[in-house]
Amino acid sequence: MSIIIETEDVTKVYQMGQVQIHALRGVSLIVHQGEMLAIMGSSGSGKSTLMNVLGCLDEPTSGRYSLEGMDVSSLTKNQYADIRNQRIGFVFQVFNLLPRTSALENVELPLFYDRTGHIKDPMRKSRAALERVGLGDRLDHEPNQLSGGERQRVAIARALVNQPSILLADEPTGNLDTRTSIDVMTVFQDLNDQGMTVILVTHEFDIAAYAARVVKLRDGVIIQDAAVEGRRDAKRDLVAFENKDSEDRDMMGHDGEPAFFTGHGLRVTSPPQQTDVSTCETDSEEEKII
Amino acid sequence: MMPIRNLLKAAYRSITKNRLRSLLTSLGIIIGVSAVIIMVAIGEGSQKSIEEQITALGSNLIIVFPGGSRMGGVHRGAGSRQSLTLDDVKDLEDQATLIDGISPVVSSAGQVVGGGNNWNTSIVGVSPQYLSIRDWPLKYGQMFTETDVRSRKKVALLGQTVADELFGGQDPTGEKIRIVNTPFTIIGVLAEKGQNPMGRDEDDTILAPSTTVLYRLKGGRNYVNMINLSAVSLEAMDAAQEEVRTILRSSHRLDPVEEDDFSIRNQADITEAATATMQTMTLLLGAVAAVSLVVGGIGIMNIMMVTVTERTREIGIRLAIGARGSDVLTQFLTEAVVLSLIGGLVGILMAFGASFVLNTFTPIRALIQPGIVLLAFFFAGTVGVLFGFFPARKAAALNPIDALHYE
Ligand SMILES: Nc1ncnc2c1ncn2[C@@H]1O[C@H](COP(=O)(O)OP(=O)(O)O)[C@@H](O)[C@H]1O
Ligand SMILES: [Mg+2]
Repeated sequence: MSIIIETEDVTKVYQMGQVQIHALRGVSLIVHQGEMLAIMGSSGSGKSTLMNVLGCLDEPTSGRYSLEGMDVSSLTKNQYADIRNQRIGFVFQVFNLLPRTSALENVELPLFYDRTGHIKDPMRKSRAALERVGLGDRLDHEPNQLSGGERQRVAIARALVNQPSILLADEPTGNLDTRTSIDVMTVFQDLNDQGMTVILVTHEFDIAAYAARVVKLRDGVIIQDAAVEGRRDAKRDLVAFENKDSEDRDMMGHDGEPAFFTGHGLRVTSPPQQTDVSTCETDSEEEKII
Repeated sequence: MMPIRNLLKAAYRSITKNRLRSLLTSLGIIIGVSAVIIMVAIGEGSQKSIEEQITALGSNLIIVFPGGSRMGGVHRGAGSRQSLTLDDVKDLEDQATLIDGISPVVSSAGQVVGGGNNWNTSIVGVSPQYLSIRDWPLKYGQMFTETDVRSRKKVALLGQTVADELFGGQDPTGEKIRIVNTPFTIIGVLAEKGQNPMGRDEDDTILAPSTTVLYRLKGGRNYVNMINLSAVSLEAMDAAQEEVRTILRSSHRLDPVEEDDFSIRNQADITEAATATMQTMTLLLGAVAAVSLVVGGIGIMNIMMVTVTERTREIGIRLAIGARGSDVLTQFLTEAVVLSLIGGLVGILMAFGASFVLNTFTPIRALIQPGIVLLAFFFAGTVGVLFGFFPARKAAALNPIDALHYE
């Protein structure tokens, strides 16, 4: 598989008055086409900063970043905008939909700014994107008429509508309950199955377990990069969850959380070059304390 | 550039989805434009009515006042010296060649009783030519004759106001009235003339033969308050004025070194003075209007500033999904242009409405000039666009993440 993302020693320093905040201290990461990658790490470890750099929403302070073989570091502002429009779909934790604007119009928005001239029927394309995330019957709903999960799916449809090669999602399930989270993950897995490269940030192991690979950040550096063992299938979990849910309703007082929500569902195999780093299993204990 | 159709769509959606914001933004323009147009219209309207009143003084009118004039035409106080007499009028009648009509004006004032009412008014003694000099038609009856003047006949013509006050608008011709206890017969009523340029009601007056007023009301002194003349033509005005001057100097037996003991004004002088005053007033109204336009503009800027803060997140979203800074800027500019145009049009409509109301229901006269409509429209547009442009420029220059996290 070809390399789609390659960063080399990327740093990001925020200047806050006199204080310098080193959000990224040299991140080198390679992502191949068709991967599904979860970025984990405690709050403030630099996950969002990294995602913003990868998503061309923010420029790194130093280091090299190449996207689909093109060096992005030297581009102009407008070229950045075009990359965001053409090649990257970005999903935010807080959805970032335009208020008082229908789902269809929200999804249509990236096509407004498309300069390639390929877009023939933006309405049809937007409708198709919404149908793809299962919202074909919510086209005219405005964000405040949609549930959190539905809003996030609108945001995903918007990220998809211009057929990007990469989908980036910064804590896409951060504001959603368990069931809705799994629901959203089915969409991501589905897209990944169809060949799209997906990178998502999460601090939940159960969510990371749907990815094929986990990268762990701490204090702006990668401390672990491993493949997920026994990757979970969101569609199956959703069915199981729903069955469980109805069982719970049948048997009052049952305290059974589904097995996949215990935080122990994530097992990874560390690649040989990172044997010095502790395994995710032990790290997860630390994560829970934080 | 993003396609123009998408740009218009984005601007249209933004305007219609934020009606209150759009309304508030246009409001400044609406107020500014309508204020400028209506203010200037009132100025122009008053100027126009003053001009008409001056024309109503009579065509080719020349007025001789007693008393000399100083340098620069400053009058030393009309009648300060009682230098004009009926003999001067006679001399002018006999000698002047460039004069059509001539009438002394002998002013008096007092109580008038008639029709069971009484009224205080001015009584003006004139010659039969007075009405043609002043372009003043009669509504009822007839003017008195030279014979009436010679015989000092006690006949009177009422101004419209006096006729209304005493006889309630009925034709009083043939009725008897008493003017300062002297019985007079009414021989006619003057047509309505309105206000003179100094704001005095011209219809609040009674006309009578000059001799009658002089000898029966004022006690026989020979002096007249002024002499009204009309030149044979507008072109002959200056020559006629000079002729009058020469005749009066010789009949007053003034040495060449002596100054005139009278002064001469023509209609052009009066027009000029009044027009100058009116232009000052129009300018003043225009200045007030310009201030309101600027205030309106500041209102727009405020709304724009506030909404840009509020809209920075929206800008962040647009940038994040691939809009260029210039796209966002163009969209904001388009919105500002559309709102300014709509505001400008509504402002113009409101100004026309207001001027209709003023002209129909109040004595104020408003005259809308096309030039000022265009000027106000373009100025308002410029203000709207500038004030829409600058706050947006700042936001469009942010990087998407900073815009999204803006607080
Ligand atoms: N705009 C900013 N200005 C200053 N500091 C920032 C800014 N954004 C993030 N940081 C800092 O950079 C560090 C990494 O932040 P972030 O990438 O958001 O962490 P995470 O997403 O992993 O929680 C944090 O210490 C945060 O305070
Ligand atoms: Mg974060």
